[in-house]
Amino acid sequence: MENHFDAIIIGAGAAGLTAGIYLSRAKVNTLILNEGAVGGQMVLTHEIANYPGVENVSGYTLARTMKTQAQKFGCKIKSNIKITSLELNDEIKKVVVNDKDVYTSNAVIIATGGKSRMIGAIGEEEFKGKGISYCATCDGDFFQDKEIIVVGGGNSALEEAVSLTKYASKITVVHQFDRFQALEHYVKEAKKNEKISFIMESKIVEFIGNEKLEEVKIQNQRTGEISKMKIDGVFVFIGYVPNTESLQGIVELNQWNEIIVDKDMRTNLPGVFAAGDSIQKRYRQVTTAVADGTIAALTAAEYINNLKKEIAEQEFAQ
Amino acid sequence: MLNTNLTHITSESEHSELLKNNENVMICCGRMGPMCIPVYEVMEELEGEYKNIKFADMEFDSPDARVIRNLPEARSFQGLPFTIYYKNGKVVKATSSIQSRDQITAILDEHFSK
Repeated sequence: MENHFDAIIIGAGAAGLTAGIYLSRAKVNTLILNEGAVGGQMVLTHEIANYPGVENVSGYTLARTMKTQAQKFGCKIKSNIKITSLELNDEIKKVVVNDKDVYTSNAVIIATGGKSRMIGAIGEEEFKGKGISYCATCDGDFFQDKEIIVVGGGNSALEEAVSLTKYASKITVVHQFDRFQALEHYVKEAKKNEKISFIMESKIVEFIGNEKLEEVKIQNQRTGEISKMKIDGVFVFIGYVPNTESLQGIVELNQWNEIIVDKDMRTNLPGVFAAGDSIQKRYRQVTTAVADGTIAALTAAEYINNLKKEIAEQEFAQ
Repeated sequence: MLNTNLTHITSESEHSELLKNNENVMICCGRMGPMCIPVYEVMEELEGEYKNIKFADMEFDSPDARVIRNLPEARSFQGLPFTIYYKNGKVVKATSSIQSRDQITAILDEHFSK
């Protein structure tokens, strides 16, 4: 069958591409299906300086190299598609793409990764790219000598707030809790910077403007009081959410919608494995995604081999 | 030059030649950054699908990219990339920041019938 594979990997970030490399190199007929651009969160990183064995590399270059490696071993990759249906309960797994193309396999590795969390406030979509940004290195220079807000209290938020002081004249960090989640080092750096001030226990509830963002409404989480603030830009760094919306009711997820796996990356369904930022784990790094992808691929390869052996034995017995 | 497989526009004259010689044009003006790369990748994939459209990119920091940066339609833009859609040399749509494949194809289908 032209559209049948030994393994289908859903997602082409660090975990999915690594699984693709390992499976294809082991001569497991493998297809990667990817809804977005190849590379996932990796391409959102300008420079990766802590990937062992590779000195400073852009996320884009690392992703392209992984993709080429996987393809060289025979892995097929289809990106920017839409998965419209998933049937993972039976021995033969079925994935429907764009409502028309049906792909089947003996095993599936879910490596759908994560995406930047949005605030969810009124006007957020409307002012994206017109005052609201999720990438300091991309858009920081549009805010030279402007007043901006950085939303968040983790490592990324405080690190980027300090980095944005190269451009902005004044930065207000708005954080929903009364303390930061960032490591002490990042908190100290931000607090000692004269351009940075803080509004704690508060959330942006509305973005207001005409052609571009001009003002925000901020709500104090303790008192409920809402105040307005004139602002030129808002940078949002409030973490990531796993891309598992389409997996609800299909595989077992935890309370944060992360896929529950065992140490060998098995999900609750036989023949279905998961790896990378979409699984339940503490640390989300390119290196940990690569490790997850490796383990998932090796476990999946073992599963596929055992399955094929069982089928051969059954056929022989008949 | 941007590291993509798209047609690269490197000067104002190339920009005007492209608009003169093609009825439907989509130009993504950006850098090799996280918000821009996904848009280039979608464009590379759509090239085979939308034969009636010329897909191109332009480096945002090149001086000649003022033909994009200074467009009235991009006046309020504060996020890369600036993506401009032209029909018969006229801007029919402009977007700022990252766009998904679905968002891009919706614009192409609305303004450039296959």
